[in-house]
Order: sequence, then C-alpha cells, then structure tokens
Amino acid sequence: MIRSRNLLIGGTLCLIVVTAALLSFVWTPYDISQMDIPNKLQKPSAAHWFGTDHFGRDIFSMIMIGARTSLAVAIVAVGIGMGLGVPLGLWAAANKGGWVDEIIMRGNDLIFAFPSLVIAILITAIMGASALNAIIAIGIFNIPVFARLTRSGALSLWEREFILAARVAGKSKPRISAEHILPNVANLLIVQGTIQFSLGILAEAGLSYVGLGAQPPTPSWGRMLADAQTMVSFAPHLALVPGLAIVTAVLGLNLLGDGLRDLLDPKIRVART
Amino acid sequence: MLRYALKRALSLLISLAIASLVIFLVIEVAPGDPASYMLGINAQPETVAALRAELGLDVPKMQRYLAWVGGMARGDFGTSYTYRTPVGQMIADRMWVSLPLALYALALSTLIAFPAGIYAAARRGKPGDIAVMGATQLGVAVPNFWFAMMLVLIFAINLRWFSAGGFPGWDIGFFLALKSLTLPAIALALPQSAILARVMRSSLLDILSEDFMRTARAKGLSRRQALWRHGLRNALIPVLTIIGLQFSFLLAGGIIIEQVFFLPGLGRLIFQSISARDLIVVESVVMLLVFSVILVNFLVDLAYAAVDPRLRSRT
Amino acid sequence: MRFLTGRLAMASLVALAAGLGAAQAAQDDITVAMQLEPPHLDPTSAAAQAIDSVVYINIFEGLTRFMDDGSIVPALAKSWDISDDGLTYTFNLNQGVTFHDGTTFDAEDVKFSLDRARAEDSTNAQKALFAAIADVTVVDPMTVRLTLSEPNGNMLFNLAWGDAVIVAPESIDDIKTNPVGTGPYKFANWVQGDKIELMANDSYWGSAPAIKSATFKFISDPTAAFGAVMAEDVDVFTGYPAPENVPQFEADPRFQVLNVATEGETILSTNNKMPPLDNVKVRKAIAHAIDRQAIIDGAMFGMGTPIGTHFAPHHPDYVDLTGNSGYDPELSKKLLAEAGFPDGFTTTLKLPPPSYARRGGEIIAAQLRAVGIKTETSNLEWAQWLEQVFRGKDYGLTIVSHTEPFDIGIYARPDYYFQYDNPAFQELYAELNKTTDAAKRSEMLAELQTMISLDYVNGYLFQLATPTIAKAGVQGLWKNAPTAAVDLPAMSWAN
Repeated sequence: MIRSRNLLIGGTLCLIVVTAALLSFVWTPYDISQMDIPNKLQKPSAAHWFGTDHFGRDIFSMIMIGARTSLAVAIVAVGIGMGLGVPLGLWAAANKGGWVDEIIMRGNDLIFAFPSLVIAILITAIMGASALNAIIAIGIFNIPVFARLTRSGALSLWEREFILAARVAGKSKPRISAEHILPNVANLLIVQGTIQFSLGILAEAGLSYVGLGAQPPTPSWGRMLADAQTMVSFAPHLALVPGLAIVTAVLGLNLLGDGLRDLLDPKIRVART
Repeated sequence: MLRYALKRALSLLISLAIASLVIFLVIEVAPGDPASYMLGINAQPETVAALRAELGLDVPKMQRYLAWVGGMARGDFGTSYTYRTPVGQMIADRMWVSLPLALYALALSTLIAFPAGIYAAARRGKPGDIAVMGATQLGVAVPNFWFAMMLVLIFAINLRWFSAGGFPGWDIGFFLALKSLTLPAIALALPQSAILARVMRSSLLDILSEDFMRTARAKGLSRRQALWRHGLRNALIPVLTIIGLQFSFLLAGGIIIEQVFFLPGLGRLIFQSISARDLIVVESVVMLLVFSVILVNFLVDLAYAAVDPRLRSRT
Repeated sequence: MRFLTGRLAMASLVALAAGLGAAQAAQDDITVAMQLEPPHLDPTSAAAQAIDSVVYINIFEGLTRFMDDGSIVPALAKSWDISDDGLTYTFNLNQGVTFHDGTTFDAEDVKFSLDRARAEDSTNAQKALFAAIADVTVVDPMTVRLTLSEPNGNMLFNLAWGDAVIVAPESIDDIKTNPVGTGPYKFANWVQGDKIELMANDSYWGSAPAIKSATFKFISDPTAAFGAVMAEDVDVFTGYPAPENVPQFEADPRFQVLNVATEGETILSTNNKMPPLDNVKVRKAIAHAIDRQAIIDGAMFGMGTPIGTHFAPHHPDYVDLTGNSGYDPELSKKLLAEAGFPDGFTTTLKLPPPSYARRGGEIIAAQLRAVGIKTETSNLEWAQWLEQVFRGKDYGLTIVSHTEPFDIGIYARPDYYFQYDNPAFQELYAELNKTTDAAKRSEMLAELQTMISLDYVNGYLFQLATPTIAKAGVQGLWKNAPTAAVDLPAMSWAN
C-alpha cells in the first residue's frame, strides 16, 4: 500500500518535471530571450501563470527551461559519480585488503572529509563559474558515494557460492566483477542513484544560488532565487515559484527512490547525508 | 586496541598531510592576485610588485607551503594578506559565530528528530507514522537557503519578530545574541532533523525486529514499553554517528545560510577571502574544516572499535 | 582578546549612556551602514573605497579636501600660493593641529606623507596623482613647498584624494589596524566582519562635530540591508545595494532617500584591439544597438543618468553627447553589414560582481542579440576580472563603473585595458594637464569628450547613482559623491 503510494506520487512528480524539461525544447509559452522591461514584476495572471520577473520575462517559461538545466547538471554529475565510483568500488572489493583497496578507500575518506560546498566554490573560483564546472564539482563528490556502496555490496557477494564457482571455472576477477557482481549490485545502484540525483539537483540549486552554476542567459532555478532575493518583500512570487519547483523535483525523486527500493529490494539501505 | 588506535592515528596524520598539500596546490593555482585586488584598477605595475614583495608573495610556492604547514603545526596560521591580522585570531573570532550556530542547529535538529522518530517508529504503518514520514520527505527536499529566505520573508520582513540578518555580538547579552541566531539555526536544522528522524525511526524498527526485543515482548511488555526500556538505548548508536557527521556538516554547511543571514562566521570569511584572493585565510579555514571531519571520523572509529572488537581487524 | 572586549564594553557603555541621555538632549550618536567592509584602514595603500568611506575627513585629513558639490577647499592647509609658472605650490598649514596620539602635526609630516606616496617602493594605489611632484621641501614647521616637474592644473584636486591624506611617521607601522590621523574622530574599535566604531576627538583643531560617536556597520547582503533599514537598526545606509527597494523607502515617512550621483561612469568597456571590435563601425553599431533607458530601468530600477561620453553629467564641463549613440537597431544592423558582418558575430561579455554589471549585462546581451551580435557571457569575481580583463586584456566586452573622479585621462593610456590608442587624444590630454586657464581647459575637455564619443571607444551607458537611505531626522548627508566619503562632521540630528 505505502510502497505503491511512494512510487505513484514520486513518479508523477518526476514525470511533471521531466515533461516540462523536454517540452521546453520545442515549446514554451513565451520566448524568454526577449526582455520586456516595461512589463516587469507582474503578479501571476491568466497571461503569465507564474507572473514575470525583473526583466519582464515569463516565469513559467523560465521554470520549464530551468528544469532542463537542473536535470542535465544532475544527470551528468551522477553519471560521473557512477562511471568512476562503481569501477573503483568493484576493483577495491575484488582486491579486498590489498593496497589498491586501501588507497581507494582512504582516498574516498579523504574526499568525504572535504567540505563539498567549499570545494565546489573553490573549483568554480579556479575554473570560472559555468554549468560544466558545477557538474564537475558535484560529480567529484558522487564518486566516493558510489565507490563505497559498490564495494560494500560487492564484498558480501564475493563470498557467495556462485562467485566461487566462477572463480574455480577460471574466470578473471575483472570478468567476474563485470558479469556477476555488477548485475547483482545494480538494484542498489539504481536506488542510490535516484537519491544522488535529487541531491545533485539541490547542489546545483545551491551553487547557482551563490552564482557559480549555469550562467545567464540560461535560466536556472537557483539563480532565479538569487535574483529574487532583494525583491521578495514586494514580489514574493519570484522566490516562491522556483523554490517550489526545486522542492517538487527533489521530493519526486526521493519518493521515487524509496518506492523503487521497496519494489526492488526492501533490505537496501541508502545513505542520505 | 592500542595498536589499532595507533594505526588509525597514523592514518589520520597521513590524511592530514595529503589534505594540506591538496588544499595548498588547489588554492594556489586559482587565478588572481591579492595584491592587484587590493590596489584596484588605477594601480601601476611597480606598485603591485612592491605590495607583493611586502606580503611575501614573491617567495617560491614550496617554501610558502612549508612555512604554512610548519606554522600550523605550532598553532600559528600566519597573517592575512588583506586584513594584515593573524589568521588564527580571525578564525577564532568567526568561530564564536559558526560554532554556536552549528551547536544550536544540532540541538534543534535533535529536539525535533528524536520525538518525531520515536513517535513514527511506535506507530509504524499508522496514519501518525505516514504523516511524520511525509513531513520528513518534505524536509529533506527543501533547500535550506530557500527555506531561510522564506523565514526572513515571514518572520523578519512581515512580522518583524526577528532581524533579517547580522549578528550583534555576544556582548549584548546571551539571549539577544541567541535570538539573532534563531532563524539561521532553524533553517539549518530543518533538513538535518528530517534526516535524523528517518534514521531514528529505521534504527528503532531494526531493533524492534531483533530477538531480544521479541523476547521482551513475549515476556508481556507492550510494544511501547519494550521500545522505551530496551529499544532506545540500542538504537542510539547509529543515530549518534549521524549526529557526529552532521556536526561537521553544519559547521561547513552554514556557508550559504551565513550568506543569507549575513552572519560574520566562517562561511562569510571563506567567501570574502576567496573573492579577495586572501589565499592563506582560505587555506587555513578549509584545512580546519577538513581536520574537524577527519577528527570526528577518527573518534567515531575508535568508539566503534571500543564497543565492537571485531571491527578492529577491519582494514 | 581581553583588551578587545574591554574596549568593546567601554564602547557599549558609552552607547548606553548616549541612549539614556537621548530623552533630554539631541541624539549625538549615529550608525552608518555600508555594503563593503574595508580590508584595513590605510587609505594610502589600497584602492578599496570602503576605507575612504570610514576614514576620509573623519580620521584622516589631507592638505585640501572635497566638498559634496565637488569643489576643493582648504583642510590641513590654511592657504596656498601658486607661482606664476605653475611649478611651485607653497602651502601654509593650520596651527595647533595634533594627531590622535598627541604628536604635533607640522610640515615634516606633510613631507613624510607625500614622499612616502611617491617613493619607489610605494604601495599607493593612485601613485599617478603624485607623478608631477619633483620635490617636497619643508620651509618652516608651518610651511611646505611642492616643486613640480611640469605644470599640473589638477594638483589641488589630486591632493584632496583619500590617497593623499597626511599620516605621521610615529604611527605609520600600525596604520592598517589602528589609524592615527588629525581628523575630528578617533578610531575606537573594530569587530571584524561586523562594525567599526569611531569617537569624537576632543582635542580636534577645528570646530567640534555634532555627532559624538559613530558606528559603521557592514552589511553586504541586500536582503539583510533591507531588513536592517526597515527595522531601524541603522540610521543611514550609504550606497544602498538594491535600487529595487527604493520605492518602498520613499513611500515610508520614517525614511528619506537621496539619489546620490557618484563619479561612476558606467560603461560597456570594449577591447579596441580585438577584432572585429577594432573596427569603429562595429563599435558604432554596438552603441546604436543599446537602449540605455531599458538598462537604467531594468538593471537600476530607474536610477542613473544616461551619458554619451566618459564624463560626469554634474560636472560643469560635461557635454551631452548621448545623441551620438541613440538607440537605433536598424542603423546598427546597417553598420554591421557595412563593416562586413551582415550576420553579426560572436564576442565575449565578461561581467564583474556588482548588480549593475550582472543585470545590465543580461539586458545588453539581449539587445545585442536583437541585431545579430552573439555574446558568450561569463560572470567573474573581481580578482578574476582584474586578472583576465584588466591585466590580461582577454575580453571583448565588459561592464564596469569607473568611479574615480575626473578620470578621462585613462583614454590617454594606450596600454589601459580598453587599448584605445589615439595620438591626437594623448597630445590634447597632455596639453590639458599643463593648462591652468579655466576657459581654455573647458574648451579642451569638450573636445576630448567629443573625440572618444565619436570614436565609440566604449559603450557609454549611464552615470551610476547610489541611493542613500536615512532616517528622516538625519541632516548633512552628501547629495553627490565626488569621492567615497561619509562626512560625519557635517551630520547632525534634527530635533
């Protein structure tokens, strides 16, 4: 009962966000590259469902395109984390206790020890603010998450009979990792991936909010909030709408993640911090 | 145990050494120069060169690194390029804002999370549980800086119960100062308390399914009695770990919240120093934050090892 | 630390006493907020305007000083004589002036300060101000003589800058954290990241100020600034960071709003050496593609005066040349086609942090896009901007407000970051520096302004205006800002 509800609500919210993002490629209610300064800061109306911003642009259209930015950054960042973290985790597990394992795990601990936001700020300070650098900054901190998860999932598998059988059959460690271990930790990865995805959206919003994410004229939810900051006192909708968009996306992904976990394997534990 | 502790301490030192090198190298390659930042757009090149010499920036990088690390080992963080005051003193001053804020937020988060988690666990599957879990889902999904903006909008701008930002200093009295930290602490605490409540609940539920709890129930204790007498204490271990991790997170994670509320804490110091390229300050603050995380991890590991000897053999 | 708290306790006791006394006497303390905190308090070794805002006129004084209308009046120098050839300036100093530490002010201090500013290893951010000085001679303790290498019509103006204030050799070592000057206020306390406190100097040589104690609060976040003013936590906010909030203050009888005209010519700086921007037709096309009023409305919420050249409109010698670059996208497209870019081109737009640049940049990018010019926008921190744009000249376009007063001379520097190299301009400017006759100078200035306007060196946008928000009872606030200053001695409270 609860399971299906998580999946249903989460799935619906995600679908809304993804649809908005995809639709924005072909259609938005208004062209946001056109500024209409005489019509700035309008309250929500039939013509502009979410009102207009300080340049007179339609906020509904900006939210749609902003969804695109958020999703793109989060997808690539999680991709980086998985792409590097999973092989590292598999490698470490295959050589448990060896120096490779030690280096990988200590390296992970070290990355974990760095305050992620501060490092993200530093990275963008060094390389300049851009969506790409935001992706790199977020992606780096996804690597240890997936490496740890994969390693711990894989470690228990290495002691199972079917793996031993494969070893006896003369299969190499990398081959076993790819053919037998990976499929068995996939569920784990999908669930954690959903959670990391939602964290990625939050992180992107945070970085854009401090001005280090996607650059104008690309709209992003975090920067919309930053732009709105001085205007909340007379135009609260400027801050309310992007904030609720973030909450919708993150909530949707979290519920989807929980729903998937219950569906795929109730025993899975996900790290959220 | 002693051998294990020594081994972990050695690994702590190595981690710190690597971290300091990484931090120094990463920060030193940042483009931009503190001297030209300070002198602005009318300054002549020889003036900038003179200031660089005065600041000791013309010394080779490796020498500066060794001086920095050597100084830190003696507890001397060096002198800020822009402010020309000891970095240690600056950090200490800012700590008086960031540390109380982190503790305040941690206290709030615990105060909210414990009852919520216990309540939800005790009513597993019932409407109360579903409501609490729904609320925590929402809590995790809200970006704390947006929540902070909303708090400012409602409580500072509209209701005028709190000031919108700034910190008057502890000299004006403990409670007045605490009041100015209240909105930021709430903004920081809310998402953390949602996470903590979830951990609390699931940890309690795990315990409830353990054999000794079944025994307790079989002896005639009600579910709630069993929970209070036996469950809570055992469920606390994972919860305390999370609290430990959250503390370091709150110390560093206050950065954006400090921006929103304009608090003169470590986060503001970092932003200011990065934009002024006051590299030595940035390096020292980041090092301090990394140190606090590594130290917490070290202590948690030791505590675990003390509780559960099997863990000592873990690599 | 204990020392600090002790002072702090004293300061708050004084503040408390002042608060209690307020019922009987007129209020004599004031809290002035500003956006940026000074990095340190030595105005002679940094460009940060925040330093001048705190110390200029209040703690440190120069031989001459700015008034809020831009005029130059005597300060530590009582009077002066200029030789007929314009090469010798003899200053008669005020008697009985002491520094806050009790040491006497005399001609030796003047010589020390000026020599220090123009020395080989000087770290003065405006060293060029002193370039014309060949020698500083102490005639007697109350007389000092400056010998110039060539006549300079701007000498008295140059000496009024915050970078030319008089400091004492006895206290120079600690000037950055404990500034000791001759001004009507003494430095009392600094809580870094929060505030600086000043106290009236009882042994001030001039007339005693009405305000006895002043606190400078630093609130960089616009939201916090709004809250602080609304909650009446601060009495004055100079350089209020968010023009969008101004209507709310104007509508509130508790506050007065002053739209302070600054010396900031806000321009779309153009890299005159980077193709295709090295083509004057292309620059002219950009100028006609820009709708200044939309930028003023959209980025500054209506604050600011359009300019057509690099000169402050409130200056008597200003010439209105906005007509040379009226908004005309069709003409712009035509010019682009003539220049060989019928389909436009792509260039970079690098924006420093202030909101005039970030918001203005977004608007300009949209306006340029409308005529076919695509921009790759990137937002930079100041340090990056200085490195890439200012020093590295690696940019096509950027937006920045040039806040130094009377700075048209930067167009005579071919190595300056917009790389404008026009020998005719350079000769005329050198000529101007040697001219002291007012009418002739005026004529030459008009010609200089016209020259850069017709060369379309940069896109001239608007003169930056920054709002000062103050409680209704505060008097004596500056209505113009010829230099960054908070003139505390001029302030008082209405009863």
